[in-house]
Amino acid sequence: MPRIRPIRTEAIVLRQRPLGDADRICVLFSPTRGRVEAVAKGVRRPLSKLAGHVEPLSRGQFGLAQGRSLHVITDAQTLDAWPSLHDDVDRMTEALSMAELVDRSTDLDVASGPLYMLLKGSLDELARTSSPSVVRRWFTLRFLDQQGYQPELDECVRCRAALGPEGNGYAAADGGAVCPNCHQAGVGQRLSSPVFRLLRYMRRSSCEATTQVRVAADEAAELERHLRLSLEQALDGRLRSSSFTEALERAESYGHSAASVAADREREEQERAAV
Amino acid sequence: MQRSPATAPTIARLIEAFHRLPGIGPKSAQRLAYHVLRAPRAEAEALAQALLEVKDSTRLCGACQNITDADPCAICLDPDRSASTICVVEEPLDVAAIERAGVHRGRYHVLHGAISPMDGIGPEDLKVRELLSRLGDAAVEEVILAMNPNLEGEATAGYLSRVIGAMGVRITRIAHGLPVGADVEYADERTLRAAMTHRVEIDQSEGQG
Repeated sequence: MPRIRPIRTEAIVLRQRPLGDADRICVLFSPTRGRVEAVAKGVRRPLSKLAGHVEPLSRGQFGLAQGRSLHVITDAQTLDAWPSLHDDVDRMTEALSMAELVDRSTDLDVASGPLYMLLKGSLDELARTSSPSVVRRWFTLRFLDQQGYQPELDECVRCRAALGPEGNGYAAADGGAVCPNCHQAGVGQRLSSPVFRLLRYMRRSSCEATTQVRVAADEAAELERHLRLSLEQALDGRLRSSSFTEALERAESYGHSAASVAADREREEQERAAV
Repeated sequence: MQRSPATAPTIARLIEAFHRLPGIGPKSAQRLAYHVLRAPRAEAEALAQALLEVKDSTRLCGACQNITDADPCAICLDPDRSASTICVVEEPLDVAAIERAGVHRGRYHVLHGAISPMDGIGPEDLKVRELLSRLGDAAVEEVILAMNPNLEGEATAGYLSRVIGAMGVRITRIAHGLPVGADVEYADERTLRAAMTHRVEIDQSEGQG
Protein backbone atom coordinates (compact mmCIF):
# COMPACT_ATOMS: atom_id res chain seq x y z
CA MET A 1 0.00 0.00 0.00
CA PRO A 2 1.48 3.42 -0.87
CA ARG A 3 2.44 5.48 2.16
CA ILE A 4 0.41 8.71 2.47
CA ARG A 5 2.72 11.67 2.95
CA PRO A 6 1.91 13.91 5.91
CA ILE A 7 0.66 17.38 5.03
CA ARG A 8 2.46 20.51 6.23
CA THR A 9 0.41 23.69 6.31
CA GLU A 10 0.19 27.04 7.97
CA ALA A 11 -3.22 27.66 9.58
CA ILE A 12 -5.25 29.75 12.00
CA VAL A 13 -7.07 27.76 14.71
CA LEU A 14 -10.72 28.84 14.50
CA ARG A 15 -12.24 26.68 17.22
CA GLN A 16 -12.03 23.43 19.17
CA ARG A 17 -14.39 20.89 20.64
CA PRO A 18 -13.66 18.04 23.07
CA LEU A 19 -13.25 14.49 21.79
CA GLY A 20 -13.19 11.56 24.22
CA ASP A 21 -11.36 12.00 27.51
CA ALA A 22 -8.14 13.65 26.42
CA ASP A 23 -8.41 14.82 22.80
CA ARG A 24 -9.88 17.78 20.96
CA ILE A 25 -11.04 18.31 17.40
CA CYS A 26 -9.47 21.53 16.11
CA VAL A 27 -10.98 23.46 13.22
CA LEU A 28 -8.05 24.92 11.31
CA PHE A 29 -8.21 27.46 8.49
CA SER A 30 -5.39 27.08 6.00
CA PRO A 31 -4.63 29.28 2.95
CA THR A 32 -4.06 26.24 0.74
CA ARG A 33 -6.61 23.79 2.15
CA GLY A 34 -9.40 25.98 3.54
CA ARG A 35 -11.18 24.59 6.58
CA VAL A 36 -9.58 21.45 7.97
CA GLU A 37 -10.81 19.42 10.94
CA ALA A 38 -8.02 17.64 12.78
CA VAL A 39 -7.69 15.72 16.04
CA ALA A 40 -5.18 17.03 18.57
CA LYS A 41 -4.43 13.97 20.65
CA GLY A 42 -3.89 14.21 24.40
CA VAL A 43 -4.20 18.01 24.54
CA ARG A 44 -6.50 17.95 27.58
CA ARG A 45 -3.77 16.37 29.70
CA PRO A 46 -1.77 18.83 31.86
CA LEU A 47 1.63 17.93 30.41
CA SER A 48 0.60 17.95 26.74
CA LYS A 49 3.29 19.59 24.60
CA LEU A 50 0.77 20.24 21.85
CA ALA A 51 -1.95 21.95 23.91
CA GLY A 52 -0.57 25.50 23.88
CA HIS A 53 0.05 25.38 20.11
CA VAL A 54 -3.51 24.51 19.09
CA GLU A 55 -5.45 27.11 21.08
CA PRO A 56 -8.15 28.94 19.10
CA LEU A 57 -7.21 32.41 17.82
CA SER A 58 -3.59 31.52 17.21
CA ARG A 59 -1.65 30.92 13.99
CA GLY A 60 0.79 28.11 13.54
CA GLN A 61 2.59 25.65 11.31
CA PHE A 62 0.96 22.23 11.49
CA GLY A 63 1.86 18.70 10.47
CA LEU A 64 -1.25 16.65 9.60
CA ALA A 65 -1.62 12.94 8.96
CA GLN A 66 -4.69 11.56 7.23
CA GLY A 67 -6.68 9.51 9.74
CA ARG A 68 -9.69 7.26 9.06
CA SER A 69 -12.20 10.13 9.04
CA LEU A 70 -10.33 13.19 10.31
CA HIS A 71 -6.76 14.43 10.03
CA VAL A 72 -4.51 13.99 13.08
CA ILE A 73 -2.17 16.80 14.18
CA THR A 74 1.31 15.27 14.39
CA ASP A 75 3.16 18.48 15.33
CA ALA A 76 2.49 22.18 15.74
CA GLN A 77 4.57 25.29 16.16
CA THR A 78 2.98 28.64 17.03
CA LEU A 79 3.72 31.50 14.62
CA ASP A 80 1.38 34.12 16.16
CA ALA A 81 -0.06 33.58 19.65
CA TRP A 82 -1.83 37.01 19.61
CA PRO A 83 -1.79 37.16 23.44
CA SER A 84 -3.80 40.38 23.58
CA LEU A 85 -6.71 38.63 21.85
CA HIS A 86 -6.86 36.25 24.83
CA ASP A 87 -6.08 38.69 27.64
CA ASP A 88 -8.61 41.36 26.66
CA VAL A 89 -12.20 40.14 26.53
CA ASP A 90 -13.34 42.92 24.12
CA ARG A 91 -10.68 41.98 21.56
CA MET A 92 -11.43 38.30 22.12
CA THR A 93 -15.13 38.80 21.42
CA GLU A 94 -14.46 40.61 18.14
CA ALA A 95 -11.89 37.97 17.11
CA LEU A 96 -14.38 35.19 17.84
CA SER A 97 -17.00 36.91 15.64
CA MET A 98 -14.48 37.02 12.80
CA ALA A 99 -13.48 33.38 13.34
CA GLU A 100 -17.13 32.29 13.42
CA LEU A 101 -17.79 34.11 10.13
CA VAL A 102 -14.93 32.24 8.46
CA ASP A 103 -15.91 28.94 10.09
CA ARG A 104 -19.49 29.21 8.84
CA SER A 105 -18.76 30.39 5.33
CA THR A 106 -15.92 28.12 4.22
CA ASP A 107 -15.91 24.54 3.01
CA LEU A 108 -13.71 21.64 4.06
CA ASP A 109 -10.54 21.26 2.00
CA VAL A 110 -11.18 24.18 -0.40
CA ALA A 111 -8.29 26.65 -0.74
CA SER A 112 -9.17 30.18 0.40
CA GLY A 113 -5.97 32.22 0.17
CA PRO A 114 -7.52 35.74 -0.02
CA LEU A 115 -9.87 35.08 2.92
CA TYR A 116 -6.97 33.67 4.93
CA MET A 117 -4.92 36.81 4.31
CA LEU A 118 -7.93 38.98 5.26
CA LEU A 119 -8.42 37.10 8.52
CA LYS A 120 -4.72 37.05 9.38
CA GLY A 121 -4.28 40.77 8.64
CA SER A 122 -7.41 41.66 10.63
CA LEU A 123 -6.33 39.58 13.65
CA ASP A 124 -2.88 41.25 13.49
CA GLU A 125 -4.57 44.67 13.52
CA LEU A 126 -7.03 43.62 16.24
CA ALA A 127 -4.13 42.51 18.45
CA ARG A 128 -2.64 46.01 18.43
CA THR A 129 -5.59 48.35 18.01
CA SER A 130 -7.40 50.32 20.67
CA SER A 131 -10.62 50.17 18.57
CA PRO A 132 -11.50 46.44 18.35
CA SER A 133 -15.05 46.96 17.09
CA VAL A 134 -13.80 49.17 14.20
CA VAL A 135 -11.47 46.37 13.06
CA ARG A 136 -14.30 43.84 13.16
CA ARG A 137 -16.60 46.15 11.15
CA TRP A 138 -13.86 46.70 8.55
CA PHE A 139 -13.34 42.93 8.39
CA THR A 140 -17.10 42.35 7.99
CA LEU A 141 -17.34 44.75 5.02
CA ARG A 142 -14.30 43.18 3.32
CA PHE A 143 -15.65 39.70 4.08
CA LEU A 144 -18.97 40.57 2.40
CA ASP A 145 -17.07 41.95 -0.60
CA GLN A 146 -14.96 38.79 -0.94
CA GLN A 147 -17.88 36.40 -0.53
CA GLY A 148 -19.90 38.08 -3.29
CA TYR A 149 -22.30 39.99 -1.02
CA GLN A 150 -20.62 43.37 -1.60
CA PRO A 151 -23.08 46.08 -0.47
CA GLU A 152 -23.79 48.43 -3.40
CA LEU A 153 -22.71 51.99 -2.53
CA ASP A 154 -22.44 53.66 -5.95
CA GLU A 155 -25.90 53.34 -7.45
CA CYS A 156 -29.39 52.69 -6.09
CA VAL A 157 -30.07 48.93 -5.83
CA ARG A 158 -33.70 49.58 -6.87
CA CYS A 159 -33.65 52.14 -9.72
CA ARG A 160 -29.91 52.23 -10.58
CA ALA A 161 -29.72 56.04 -10.14
CA ALA A 162 -26.28 57.33 -9.10
CA LEU A 163 -26.15 57.90 -5.33
CA GLY A 164 -25.47 61.36 -3.91
CA PRO A 165 -24.24 61.90 -0.36
CA GLU A 166 -27.57 62.88 1.25
CA GLY A 167 -30.96 61.32 1.96
CA ASN A 168 -30.14 57.72 1.03
CA GLY A 169 -31.47 54.57 2.60
CA TYR A 170 -29.94 51.12 3.22
CA ALA A 171 -31.81 48.01 2.13
CA ALA A 172 -29.75 44.98 3.19
CA ALA A 173 -32.24 42.54 1.65
CA ASP A 174 -31.83 44.26 -1.75
CA GLY A 175 -28.04 44.33 -1.48
CA GLY A 176 -27.06 47.90 -0.52
CA ALA A 177 -27.96 51.59 -0.60
CA VAL A 178 -31.07 53.10 -2.19
CA CYS A 179 -31.50 56.64 -3.56
CA PRO A 180 -33.55 59.33 -1.73
CA ASN A 181 -36.56 58.76 -4.05
CA CYS A 182 -36.72 55.01 -3.41
CA HIS A 183 -36.04 55.54 0.32
CA GLN A 184 -38.89 58.05 0.54
CA ALA A 185 -41.10 55.47 -1.15
CA GLY A 186 -40.48 53.28 1.93
CA VAL A 187 -37.48 51.18 0.85
CA GLY A 188 -34.72 50.51 3.41
CA GLN A 189 -33.63 52.08 6.67
CA ARG A 190 -32.19 55.58 6.98
CA LEU A 191 -28.56 55.79 5.84
CA SER A 192 -27.11 58.98 7.30
CA SER A 193 -24.62 60.97 5.27
CA PRO A 194 -21.61 60.40 7.64
CA VAL A 195 -22.23 56.62 7.70
CA PHE A 196 -22.60 56.51 3.91
CA ARG A 197 -19.27 58.35 3.54
CA LEU A 198 -17.68 56.08 6.17
CA LEU A 199 -18.81 52.91 4.36
CA ARG A 200 -17.26 54.21 1.12
CA TYR A 201 -14.08 55.20 2.97
CA MET A 202 -13.84 51.76 4.62
CA ARG A 203 -14.12 50.08 1.23
CA ARG A 204 -11.17 51.94 -0.29
CA SER A 205 -8.98 52.26 2.84
CA SER A 206 -6.81 49.97 4.92
CA CYS A 207 -7.94 48.65 8.27
CA GLU A 208 -5.33 50.76 10.05
CA ALA A 209 -6.51 53.94 8.29
CA THR A 210 -10.13 53.15 9.20
CA THR A 211 -9.23 52.85 12.91
CA GLN A 212 -7.95 56.47 12.77
CA VAL A 213 -11.37 57.86 11.77
CA ARG A 214 -13.37 59.43 14.60
CA VAL A 215 -16.93 58.18 14.60
CA ALA A 216 -19.74 59.40 16.87
CA ALA A 217 -21.48 56.74 19.00
CA ASP A 218 -24.82 57.04 17.16
CA GLU A 219 -23.06 56.74 13.77
CA ALA A 220 -21.17 53.66 14.99
CA ALA A 221 -24.48 52.13 16.11
CA GLU A 222 -26.07 52.86 12.72
CA LEU A 223 -23.11 51.38 10.84
CA GLU A 224 -23.24 48.32 13.09
CA ARG A 225 -26.94 47.87 12.35
CA HIS A 226 -26.49 48.05 8.55
CA LEU A 227 -23.54 45.66 8.53
CA ARG A 228 -25.33 43.21 10.84
CA LEU A 229 -28.35 43.12 8.52
CA SER A 230 -26.16 42.56 5.46
CA LEU A 231 -24.31 39.79 7.30
CA GLU A 232 -27.55 38.12 8.35
CA GLN A 233 -28.65 38.16 4.70
CA ALA A 234 -25.36 36.57 3.64
CA LEU A 235 -25.32 33.94 6.41
CA ASP A 236 -29.09 33.40 6.44
CA GLY A 237 -29.04 33.78 10.23
CA ARG A 238 -27.35 35.47 13.19
CA LEU A 239 -23.83 34.90 14.41
CA ARG A 240 -23.93 32.73 17.54
CA SER A 241 -21.16 34.81 19.14
CA SER A 242 -23.21 38.03 18.84
CA SER A 243 -25.24 37.03 21.95
CA PHE A 244 -22.06 37.13 24.02
CA THR A 245 -21.09 40.51 22.54
CA GLU A 246 -24.45 41.86 23.73
CA ALA A 247 -24.09 40.21 27.16
CA LEU A 248 -20.66 41.79 27.56
CA GLU A 249 -22.04 45.23 26.69
CA ARG A 250 -24.64 44.80 29.44
CA ALA A 251 -22.20 43.28 31.97
CA GLU A 252 -21.34 46.44 33.91
CA SER A 253 -24.93 47.61 34.27
CA TYR A 254 -25.89 44.05 35.26
CA GLY A 255 -23.23 44.18 38.02
CA HIS A 256 -24.45 47.60 39.22
CA SER A 257 -28.07 46.44 39.37
CA ALA A 258 -27.06 43.19 41.17
CA ALA A 259 -25.16 45.31 43.72
CA SER A 260 -28.13 47.63 44.30
CA VAL A 261 -30.52 44.66 44.69
CA ALA A 262 -28.13 43.17 47.25
CA ALA A 263 -27.86 46.52 49.08
CA ASP A 264 -31.68 46.80 49.23
CA ARG A 265 -31.93 43.27 50.58
CA GLU A 266 -29.32 43.94 53.26
CA ARG A 267 -31.10 47.18 54.28
CA GLU A 268 -34.41 45.32 54.55
CA GLU A 269 -32.78 42.64 56.69
CA GLN A 270 -31.25 45.29 58.96
CA GLU A 271 -34.63 47.02 59.33
CA ARG A 272 -36.31 43.72 60.13
CA ALA A 273 -33.63 42.96 62.73
CA ALA A 274 -34.10 46.43 64.30
CA VAL A 275 -37.88 45.86 64.60
CA MET B 1 -24.03 0.89 16.89
CA GLN B 2 -24.87 -2.09 14.67
CA ARG B 3 -26.35 -5.09 16.46
CA SER B 4 -24.92 -8.51 15.71
CA PRO B 5 -27.28 -11.51 15.55
CA ALA B 6 -24.64 -13.34 17.65
CA THR B 7 -25.28 -11.02 20.59
CA ALA B 8 -28.39 -11.50 22.69
CA PRO B 9 -30.67 -8.40 22.58
CA THR B 10 -30.39 -7.93 26.37
CA ILE B 11 -26.60 -7.81 26.19
CA ALA B 12 -26.73 -5.59 23.11
CA ARG B 13 -28.88 -3.10 25.04
CA LEU B 14 -26.36 -3.07 27.91
CA ILE B 15 -23.49 -2.57 25.45
CA GLU B 16 -25.37 0.33 23.87
CA ALA B 17 -25.99 1.87 27.32
CA PHE B 18 -22.27 1.74 28.19
CA HIS B 19 -21.34 3.07 24.74
CA ARG B 20 -23.39 6.21 25.42
CA LEU B 21 -21.10 7.07 28.38
CA PRO B 22 -18.34 9.63 27.69
CA GLY B 23 -14.99 8.15 26.71
CA ILE B 24 -16.38 4.63 26.20
CA GLY B 25 -15.85 3.25 22.71
CA PRO B 26 -17.60 0.17 21.26
CA LYS B 27 -14.87 -2.27 22.40
CA SER B 28 -14.77 -0.89 25.96
CA ALA B 29 -18.58 -1.02 26.06
CA GLN B 30 -18.48 -4.71 25.10
CA ARG B 31 -15.83 -5.49 27.74
CA LEU B 32 -17.83 -3.70 30.46
CA ALA B 33 -21.07 -5.44 29.49
CA TYR B 34 -19.48 -8.90 29.57
CA HIS B 35 -17.75 -8.03 32.86
CA VAL B 36 -21.15 -7.23 34.41
CA LEU B 37 -22.56 -10.43 32.90
CA ARG B 38 -19.86 -12.58 34.49
CA ALA B 39 -19.78 -10.71 37.84
CA PRO B 40 -21.70 -12.04 40.88
CA ARG B 41 -25.31 -10.91 41.06
CA ALA B 42 -24.57 -8.81 44.19
CA GLU B 43 -22.02 -6.75 42.27
CA ALA B 44 -24.48 -6.05 39.45
CA GLU B 45 -27.17 -5.12 41.97
CA ALA B 46 -24.79 -2.74 43.78
CA LEU B 47 -24.00 -1.06 40.46
CA ALA B 48 -27.69 -0.71 39.55
CA GLN B 49 -28.48 0.58 43.04
CA ALA B 50 -25.66 3.15 42.91
CA LEU B 51 -26.87 4.39 39.50
CA LEU B 52 -30.43 4.86 40.75
CA GLU B 53 -29.31 6.50 44.01
CA VAL B 54 -27.16 9.04 42.23
CA LYS B 55 -30.20 10.08 40.19
CA ASP B 56 -32.67 10.03 43.09
CA SER B 57 -30.80 11.54 46.00
CA THR B 58 -28.42 14.15 44.60
CA ARG B 59 -29.30 17.78 44.03
CA LEU B 60 -27.55 21.12 43.73
CA CYS B 61 -26.49 22.96 46.88
CA GLY B 62 -28.67 26.08 47.08
CA ALA B 63 -25.61 28.20 47.91
CA CYS B 64 -22.59 26.93 45.94
CA GLN B 65 -24.48 24.93 43.25
CA ASN B 66 -22.18 21.94 43.77
CA ILE B 67 -23.73 18.47 43.52
CA THR B 68 -24.65 17.26 47.00
CA ASP B 69 -26.77 14.79 48.99
CA ALA B 70 -27.84 17.47 51.48
CA ASP B 71 -28.64 21.14 50.96
CA PRO B 72 -26.60 23.12 52.03
CA CYS B 73 -23.58 20.95 51.26
CA ALA B 74 -20.90 19.96 53.79
CA ILE B 75 -18.47 22.64 52.56
CA CYS B 76 -21.02 25.47 52.84
CA LEU B 77 -22.00 24.26 56.35
CA ASP B 78 -18.42 23.93 57.63
CA PRO B 79 -17.91 26.71 60.23
CA ASP B 80 -14.13 26.41 59.92
CA ARG B 81 -14.20 27.54 56.29
CA SER B 82 -13.96 31.24 55.56
CA ALA B 83 -17.09 32.82 54.09
CA SER B 84 -15.06 35.81 52.92
CA THR B 85 -13.49 34.01 49.92
CA ILE B 86 -15.40 32.28 47.13
CA CYS B 87 -13.51 30.21 44.58
CA VAL B 88 -15.49 30.09 41.31
CA VAL B 89 -14.97 26.94 39.22
CA GLU B 90 -16.46 25.58 35.99
CA GLU B 91 -17.39 22.05 37.06
CA PRO B 92 -18.03 20.00 40.24
CA LEU B 93 -14.89 17.95 39.46
CA ASP B 94 -12.84 21.14 39.79
CA VAL B 95 -14.00 21.45 43.42
CA ALA B 96 -12.83 17.87 44.03
CA ALA B 97 -9.42 18.63 42.46
CA ILE B 98 -8.86 21.79 44.55
CA GLU B 99 -10.02 20.01 47.71
CA ARG B 100 -7.57 17.16 47.03
CA ALA B 101 -4.78 19.73 46.84
CA GLY B 102 -5.98 21.31 50.13
CA VAL B 103 -5.07 24.81 48.96
CA HIS B 104 -8.35 26.65 49.55
CA ARG B 105 -10.08 27.03 52.91
CA GLY B 106 -12.90 29.26 51.73
CA ARG B 107 -16.11 28.39 49.90
CA TYR B 108 -16.86 27.53 46.29
CA HIS B 109 -19.27 28.39 43.52
CA VAL B 110 -19.81 25.97 40.61
CA LEU B 111 -20.90 27.54 37.30
CA HIS B 112 -21.66 24.20 35.59
CA GLY B 113 -19.87 25.14 32.40
CA ALA B 114 -17.99 27.96 30.73
CA ILE B 115 -19.00 30.66 28.29
CA SER B 116 -18.43 29.47 24.72
CA PRO B 117 -19.49 32.29 22.36
CA MET B 118 -19.06 30.26 19.15
CA ASP B 119 -21.28 27.48 20.53
CA GLY B 120 -23.89 30.00 21.65
CA ILE B 121 -23.30 29.24 25.38
CA GLY B 122 -23.63 32.51 27.27
CA PRO B 123 -23.73 33.65 30.91
CA GLU B 124 -27.48 32.97 31.10
CA ASP B 125 -26.73 29.26 30.60
CA LEU B 126 -24.47 29.16 33.69
CA LYS B 127 -25.06 29.67 37.43
CA VAL B 128 -23.99 33.32 37.22
CA ARG B 129 -27.14 34.86 38.69
CA GLU B 130 -26.79 32.59 41.74
CA LEU B 131 -23.19 33.75 42.17
CA LEU B 132 -24.14 37.43 42.03
CA SER B 133 -26.85 36.96 44.64
CA ARG B 134 -24.22 35.48 47.01
CA LEU B 135 -21.89 38.43 46.46
CA GLY B 136 -24.43 40.81 47.96
CA ASP B 137 -23.48 39.31 51.33
CA ALA B 138 -21.13 41.78 53.03
CA ALA B 139 -19.02 38.86 54.30
CA VAL B 140 -17.65 38.15 50.80
CA GLU B 141 -14.38 40.03 50.34
CA GLU B 142 -12.71 38.16 47.49
CA VAL B 143 -13.75 36.10 44.48
CA ILE B 144 -11.09 33.77 43.08
CA LEU B 145 -11.71 32.88 39.43
CA ALA B 146 -10.40 29.34 38.87
CA MET B 147 -11.39 28.88 35.25
CA ASN B 148 -9.43 26.66 32.87
CA PRO B 149 -6.68 28.58 31.03
CA ASN B 150 -8.31 28.19 27.61
CA LEU B 151 -10.49 30.41 25.42
CA GLU B 152 -13.78 29.49 27.13
CA GLY B 153 -12.21 29.98 30.56
CA GLU B 154 -10.83 33.36 29.52
CA ALA B 155 -14.18 34.49 28.11
CA THR B 156 -15.88 33.42 31.35
CA ALA B 157 -13.28 35.13 33.54
CA GLY B 158 -13.44 38.29 31.38
CA TYR B 159 -17.23 38.47 31.66
CA LEU B 160 -17.32 37.73 35.41
CA SER B 161 -14.59 40.25 36.20
CA ARG B 162 -16.62 42.92 34.40
CA VAL B 163 -19.86 42.12 36.26
CA ILE B 164 -18.26 41.54 39.69
CA GLY B 165 -15.96 44.54 39.23
CA ALA B 166 -19.07 46.72 39.00
CA MET B 167 -20.18 45.30 42.38
CA GLY B 168 -16.97 46.46 44.07
CA VAL B 169 -15.79 43.01 45.24
CA ARG B 170 -12.07 42.11 44.99
CA ILE B 171 -11.42 39.68 42.10
CA THR B 172 -8.36 37.49 41.64
CA ARG B 173 -7.57 34.77 39.12
CA ILE B 174 -5.44 31.68 39.68
CA ALA B 175 -1.97 31.96 38.12
CA HIS B 176 -1.08 30.47 34.72
CA GLY B 177 2.29 29.06 33.81
CA LEU B 178 4.31 25.89 33.48
CA PRO B 179 2.81 22.78 35.10
CA VAL B 180 5.01 20.71 37.44
CA GLY B 181 7.07 18.24 35.40
CA ALA B 182 6.90 20.25 32.15
CA ASP B 183 9.84 21.15 29.89
CA VAL B 184 10.54 24.83 29.22
CA GLU B 185 11.76 24.02 25.69
CA TYR B 186 8.36 22.63 24.69
CA ALA B 187 6.30 25.38 26.30
CA ASP B 188 4.27 27.59 23.99
CA GLU B 189 4.63 31.36 23.79
CA ARG B 190 1.56 32.24 25.86
CA THR B 191 2.41 29.84 28.68
CA LEU B 192 5.97 31.18 28.91
CA ARG B 193 4.70 34.74 28.80
CA ALA B 194 2.27 34.02 31.66
CA ALA B 195 4.99 32.24 33.64
CA MET B 196 7.36 35.20 33.22
CA THR B 197 4.67 37.79 34.02
CA HIS B 198 3.67 35.99 37.22
CA ARG B 199 7.20 35.06 38.36
CA VAL B 200 7.81 35.28 42.12
CA GLU B 201 10.66 36.54 44.22
CA ILE B 202 12.75 33.79 45.84
CA ASP B 203 12.86 34.29 49.60
CA GLN B 204 16.63 34.38 50.19
CA SER B 205 16.27 34.26 53.98
CA GLU B 206 15.06 30.66 53.70
CA GLY B 207 17.71 28.04 54.34
CA GLN B 208 20.25 30.52 55.76
CA GLY B 209 19.62 29.29 59.30
